[in-house]
Amino acid sequence: MAGLAATFGSGAMTNSIGEMEDAEVFFVIGSNTTEQHPLIASRMIRAVREKNAKLIVADPRDTKIAKLATIHMSHTIGSDVALLNGLMHIIIKEGWEASEYIKTRTENFEKLKEVLERYTPERVSEITGIDKAVLRSAAEIYAKSKKSMILYAMGITQHVAGTDNVKSCANLAMLTGHVGSPSTGVNPLRGQSNVQGACDMGALPNVYSGYQPVTDQRIKGLFEEAWGVNDLSDKAGLTLTDMMDAGQRGDIKAMYIMGENPAMSDPDSKHARKVLRNLDFLVVQDIFLTETAKLANVVLPASSFAEKMGTYTNTERRVQLSRQAIPVLDGTMPDWQIICKVSSKAGYPMSYDSPVDILDEINRVTPSYRGITFDRLNNSWGLQWPCPDEKHDGTPFLHKDKFARGLGFFDAREYAPPPEVPDEEFPFQLITGRVGFQFHTGTMTRKVSILEREEPKAFLEMNPKDARRLKLINGSKVAIESRRGELYMPVKITNDIPEKVVFSTFHYSDNNINDLTINAVDPVAKIPEFSCAVSIRRV
Amino acid sequence: MSQTLVVCPYCGCGCSFYIEEKDGRAVGVTPSTDHPVSRGSLCVKGWRAYEFINHPERLRSPMIRDGGLVREATWEEATDLIVENLLDIKEKHGNDALAFLSSAKLTNEENYLFMKMARATFKTNNVDHCARL
Repeated sequence: MAGLAATFGSGAMTNSIGEMEDAEVFFVIGSNTTEQHPLIASRMIRAVREKNAKLIVADPRDTKIAKLATIHMSHTIGSDVALLNGLMHIIIKEGWEASEYIKTRTENFEKLKEVLERYTPERVSEITGIDKAVLRSAAEIYAKSKKSMILYAMGITQHVAGTDNVKSCANLAMLTGHVGSPSTGVNPLRGQSNVQGACDMGALPNVYSGYQPVTDQRIKGLFEEAWGVNDLSDKAGLTLTDMMDAGQRGDIKAMYIMGENPAMSDPDSKHARKVLRNLDFLVVQDIFLTETAKLANVVLPASSFAEKMGTYTNTERRVQLSRQAIPVLDGTMPDWQIICKVSSKAGYPMSYDSPVDILDEINRVTPSYRGITFDRLNNSWGLQWPCPDEKHDGTPFLHKDKFARGLGFFDAREYAPPPEVPDEEFPFQLITGRVGFQFHTGTMTRKVSILEREEPKAFLEMNPKDARRLKLINGSKVAIESRRGELYMPVKITNDIPEKVVFSTFHYSDNNINDLTINAVDPVAKIPEFSCAVSIRRV
Repeated sequence: MSQTLVVCPYCGCGCSFYIEEKDGRAVGVTPSTDHPVSRGSLCVKGWRAYEFINHPERLRSPMIRDGGLVREATWEEATDLIVENLLDIKEKHGNDALAFLSSAKLTNEENYLFMKMARATFKTNNVDHCARL
């Protein structure tokens, strides 16, 4: 989000899922779309099969979506900036850039050109492992079509260079004029049902709802008036990764965690669990006794999504109403009611008859949500923000005639190798992700029989050549060791992963790969790297 | 038996489906054919999204850790204990000794109220969620 906000002025999917039907080219980078966003993948697949859209996939693994690709670039892990800069270098050398668009809608192009000069196909081919001719074809296909969409996910953002990766995607799109019209744009795919909404609502340390900065005195005044208080803090707070570090130092004494499981999803999760255990006081509010809840002083039982009404904002900025389908489970309370209860007891009364009243308040204090009212959501399939008033139909694609920040800003980035690369002691590069049959830390999916039947336990994907060298067969148990810990799991031998790279997931609490991953973060977005070096031996 | 339109709780695609209810329990899922994202289809996780709702391991009571032991508590006792501890730490170590983690799986209204509680009630901007993970 920080990357897109700096270049465009708004950190969200620029275009819509429905527009994929008419796209001519998809450039998918760092997204295992078929398994992680199945219904978005099915749109792409239909466009490829029925309308001859071209598909370029950049991913170290030969994922299902990569198998369908016109061009699959299995680039070296962490070489994304070099790859994207290399494509832009070729585009400029060949004169495929959108000169008029660059002149009228962007700034800082000369600086970009200067940096790109150094990303010759020879050098980029060496860094990324991708053949020069393949780079040229990918650049040509993406640049020459009128309707090219970039799609990315955590494979781009979960790196120390994550913000640089995102900015480089944005540079590529602006260079070719592929932002601000239908079926184009730079499109981050959100991994959870309301990541977009949680950001939009200001569950972030530096902004109120609608990305209004906490450091802005005028904004602070508006919220003080709306909330009837007079001493809101104008100092930006800590991000999750900084909170964990502050917890270790003893600066954070208490945490209140609602509906999240950082004891499993944090990188180097043994460290995260230690920090949580050492707090003076930990509150966890969830529907199950998660690994995080097991560490809490007080656990509050919440109602599930089906037991309450509320709105969610999907990856294309579509705010939708979800209705109450079944009665509240005995003994539980919907999260919004719990918050009202705790806040009122702490001396700041909160009282709402229903989520409809809360949405009313959101409409009043959030310019981009002002026209997204309950009545309109109740009678439609949702509205896409920005939607500034009740007459407005919502916004399917952003940055139409100008960028949210005015001119699009080319922020040229340099390639830097990842923080932990394989060496003699730890010769394999570990990457992590999800599988299609499980979700995140498994709190929900591991309780669904059919999903457990398909993917019941942790495994490590490995290339057959590596397996032969280590004398392993499919299902052999191995010890995986990183600088932070050791785990044991069976190998799954597959050609879908390159040599010297292994893959595993963080779904399984009894064998959580995040015990091994690295807690090195992007200095801007504070997103962790996860990928790290490991050694593997037969046991 | 009734059917109610909900938003899928998993990834960010934002598919919608109808939950089938029988005797107060969720017993099935039917896709919504007109929905602009899902258009009558769902992935395997979505088709089974009703199953975990009824799972016997659902938490049914607040719980308090008392020394080494964990015991059930009433809502009043549990929330009193929370408020007492948070206010005490705030008093002794300052507002920014508290931290709040919201959720990318909960509603907009709940995220809004949670950040409002961190900021207006406890006077800290130490509020974030797990979008980065």
